[in-house]
Amino acid sequence: MVPGIYIHIPFCLSKCGYCDFYSVTSTEKISPFIKSLLKEMEMYHGCFSRFDTLYLGGGTPSLLDSAQIEEIIDGIRKHFPLSADTEVTIEANPGDLSREAAESLFKTGINRISIGIQSFDEHILSFLGRRHSSIDAISAIEHIRNAGFDNMGLDLIYGVLGQNMESWMNTLRKALSFRPEHLSCYQLTIEPSTPLGIQYRAGEIDPPDEDLLYDFFMRTSELLEASGYSHYEVSNFARGDECMSKHNRKYWDHTPYLGLGPAAHSFYGNRRWWNHRCVDRYIEEINKGIPPIEKSEILTREQLRLEALYLGLRTKMGIDMEEFSKQNGCDLLDEKGALLRTMEQEGLITITDNRLCPTRSGLLVSDSLPLL
Amino acid sequence: MKNTRNFSIIAHIDHGKSTLADRMIQYSGVVNDRNFKNQILDSMDIERERGITIKSQAITLPYRSKDGEDYILNLIDTPGHVDFSYEVSRSLASCEGVLLLIDAAQGVQAQTVANLYMAMEHDLEIIPVINKIDLPSADVDKVMEQIDSELGLDPYMSLPCSAKEGTGVEEIMEAIVRNIPPPKGDPAAELAATIFDAQYDSFRGTIIHCRVFEGTIRGGDIVRLMHDETTHKVEEVGAFLLPRQKKDSLSAGDVGYIIAGIKTVSDVQIGDTITLDKRPRKEPLPGFKESKPVVFASIYPIASDDYEELAVSLEKYKLNDASFVYQKDSSIALGQGFRCGFLGLLHLEIVQERLEREYDLSIILSVPSVRYRFTLNDGEVIYIDNPAYYPDPMSITTSEEPYIRAIMMFPERHMGAVMKLCKEKRGENSTLSYPSPGRIELIIEMPLADVIYDFYDRLKSVTQGYGSFDYDIIDYRQSNLVLLDILVNGDRVDALSQIVHRGSARERGLRACERLKEEIPKQMFKIAIQGAVGGEIISRTTISAYRKDVTAKCYGGDITRKRKLLEKQKKGKKRMKMVGSVAIPQSAFISILKSDNT
Ligand SMILES: Nc1nc2c(ncn2[C@@H]2O[C@H](COP(=O)(O)OP(=O)(O)OP(=O)(O)O)[C@@H](O)[C@H]2O)c(=O)[nH]1
Ligand code: SF4
Ligand SMILES: [Mg+2]
Repeated sequence: MVPGIYIHIPFCLSKCGYCDFYSVTSTEKISPFIKSLLKEMEMYHGCFSRFDTLYLGGGTPSLLDSAQIEEIIDGIRKHFPLSADTEVTIEANPGDLSREAAESLFKTGINRISIGIQSFDEHILSFLGRRHSSIDAISAIEHIRNAGFDNMGLDLIYGVLGQNMESWMNTLRKALSFRPEHLSCYQLTIEPSTPLGIQYRAGEIDPPDEDLLYDFFMRTSELLEASGYSHYEVSNFARGDECMSKHNRKYWDHTPYLGLGPAAHSFYGNRRWWNHRCVDRYIEEINKGIPPIEKSEILTREQLRLEALYLGLRTKMGIDMEEFSKQNGCDLLDEKGALLRTMEQEGLITITDNRLCPTRSGLLVSDSLPLL
Repeated sequence: MKNTRNFSIIAHIDHGKSTLADRMIQYSGVVNDRNFKNQILDSMDIERERGITIKSQAITLPYRSKDGEDYILNLIDTPGHVDFSYEVSRSLASCEGVLLLIDAAQGVQAQTVANLYMAMEHDLEIIPVINKIDLPSADVDKVMEQIDSELGLDPYMSLPCSAKEGTGVEEIMEAIVRNIPPPKGDPAAELAATIFDAQYDSFRGTIIHCRVFEGTIRGGDIVRLMHDETTHKVEEVGAFLLPRQKKDSLSAGDVGYIIAGIKTVSDVQIGDTITLDKRPRKEPLPGFKESKPVVFASIYPIASDDYEELAVSLEKYKLNDASFVYQKDSSIALGQGFRCGFLGLLHLEIVQERLEREYDLSIILSVPSVRYRFTLNDGEVIYIDNPAYYPDPMSITTSEEPYIRAIMMFPERHMGAVMKLCKEKRGENSTLSYPSPGRIELIIEMPLADVIYDFYDRLKSVTQGYGSFDYDIIDYRQSNLVLLDILVNGDRVDALSQIVHRGSARERGLRACERLKEEIPKQMFKIAIQGAVGGEIISRTTISAYRKDVTAKCYGGDITRKRKLLEKQKKGKKRMKMVGSVAIPQSAFISILKSDNT
């Protein structure tokens, strides 16, 4: 359970209609932000013994030039001990990945890249409000491979209004043709505070129906598993276990993580805290020498247990019931045995070797499983 | 005493009693405009929200008449709904007269007639008032005809008014003074006061509402409650102003309250006579008929840990609702609870809502039932109001169910639809009359069980709102009864069982399955619902599993938010009862009685 570091880079050139990640579209704050980020690292100096993942997320981290990225990575190395095999990931927008950009990114020591492709269908891309085209996406992938990255993830979105199964399958097959090490296939979520969410509430758009989304999910999983990918989390697929995102897995098993930058969340033991969701405020507090924390919470035993349950059930690894009872003081089989059996009969979970694992269709209802 | 007038406002439901009371209160000036609110006497939240009166309320109004004299008008606003007709009859016992309101657009309705009869039984002076004359659809002439032909009253006695706009209120005040006789009685005689209501006040204990017929009562007196001969020292007497107003004494003819250090409302009996301990009266005044529960259901806490809390809350609730009765009960499916008796389905709904609201409880009510009578092989006669105690069918010689005599009034053109409905509800021995041209009064006998559920709603809908209905329980009649069980995923849920007529078992079983299918949310697995009579499945349905709910992304910033959502859903689920592995929402238990059209 070696902790990981997450850095939130809160800048995008334009805002996508469905996105509720925190980011601003003006880039003039980038350099004061980096200064503050370095100071924030200083505040945590000596607090953690070792990290083995570093994740630059956003926003659009690929907006930074390689000097800025190097500055950040150097800062991390200065303040925190990193394992030799540290996984260093960056999220990138295909529009930013020219050949030169890809090559200089590779030189910064980043060894994993997650590209926000979303779709190879132009209609879908423009509906989503993405600034790149599918041609950009294809050349970005080629540049990344040519630059030497051997751990590449592609992010895709399905369940977009007006998207039929055929369009989605085409995107998926196209993505597979690049043999990415990792694929994230997200069903489009309509978030209330986004332009899409507002349209939805105004009744201007209808979300796809449940049965169609079910089919999307099942077909995706079937196709990818048949192509050699392991469906290791609700939305994530890896070409072999060693290709799973080492960093993201920490979120699902209560491994500690340190989040730096605006809106970033951190977790340690039974405490979770997060920074202000505002780059100005973030910079301001840090300049005053105050940690830019908006809020923190101490999780009760019951809350930890609920989290462990719902997070565990999102993953193919599921829950080791012996470990669970040690950690959370609750014997699942004792308390919910009859229910678990019913769900096993319904084909939603499997119970083997004291391990509770969701099946493919179980993953789809894994938000309700912990309510039982 | 000659300047006191005691009267009730009675009418069919919603004809405007409480609104007229408002206008009279404002007219007398006892409440200043700033403190005034509409339907001011409907003091309970639930009355205000539903816009109906549940409890009678008394208020004293000072009034200077055109004859130059000052009068005291004791007004009692009464509820119109059938379930609470018992409240009306108690109120009438303390009056010399009534205002009988008739909605100018709706005309005479079933409870208009029923309440008129009640007033006549008490020998009261009756002043017909035609209300809502401001409505465009008001037809005063037609209502006057009905007053003549259907009520047998002198239509020229009637007063037109709009309680909403306040027109005609002065004429009503004058008519009260002129036509309603002052109370009789001798202030110097032995004390005789009838208790017509009692309310619990957490500071003062029981507040007795009474009408003094003879004698005088003062603070400091020792009074005797004649039904159990207990004595109490009077702390305070007074009149029902807003708020209560203390007085030195109440004497013959007065309506007012007595506070005498009585802890619980159950220690006093409504209808009892109060007299003075040192100078008692020999015979009590005639009391009231006891209010009898007609609908029964069990109440269970949703979380079984809350049983004790439920017990305490019921005890407290009972303090203010003497017509609610309960005793311990338990169910195999739902655990420990209480079997309760109600005056009708509205009463049941109100008790449920008040318990949840005022005592912050989450409860489940089992399917309501009437009280059946069984004669067993050994000659023993038992009454069963809980399907869980349905006797072994082999041991039953005769089964009987309660019947009512219903009076319905509706326009002639709906005759066919009403008769069809009555037939469906097993009505028999009907008699028809035409109280005035184009209008029908139908008297018909029906099993109570078929009426309590959705009969009134159905009647309203088949008569497009023009039908009205009132009933009295008459007797028990032999009936071919069976126990209809409901199985959820193969497990019998005793709280969903019903005793039904054999002839309607299949249809009721189907309906129960359909309703449950609508009420029970999809869950992660298929749910089979079956209706069974004596082990034979007579109806079935399945609720398919839902297939998808997971959120796509769950990383560092999503975890707390997601957990909070789950915590909230978990709480919501606490409002459902787990039966085996199936979560059944509260609403399911009553829903199975409702038919399609409601
Ligand atoms: N237009 C009009 N509406 C009125 C009049 N009087 C009462 N109403 C309306 O009729 C409805 C019922 O009035 P209430 O005074 O609550 O009737 P109620 O007889 O006390 O009803 P219950 O106590 O439930 O039997 C309300 O919406 C009133 O606003 C009137 O004179 N004219
Ligand atoms: S989806 Fe990515 S690029 Fe689009 S606004 Fe959100 S963070 Fe920026
Ligand atoms: Mg009223």
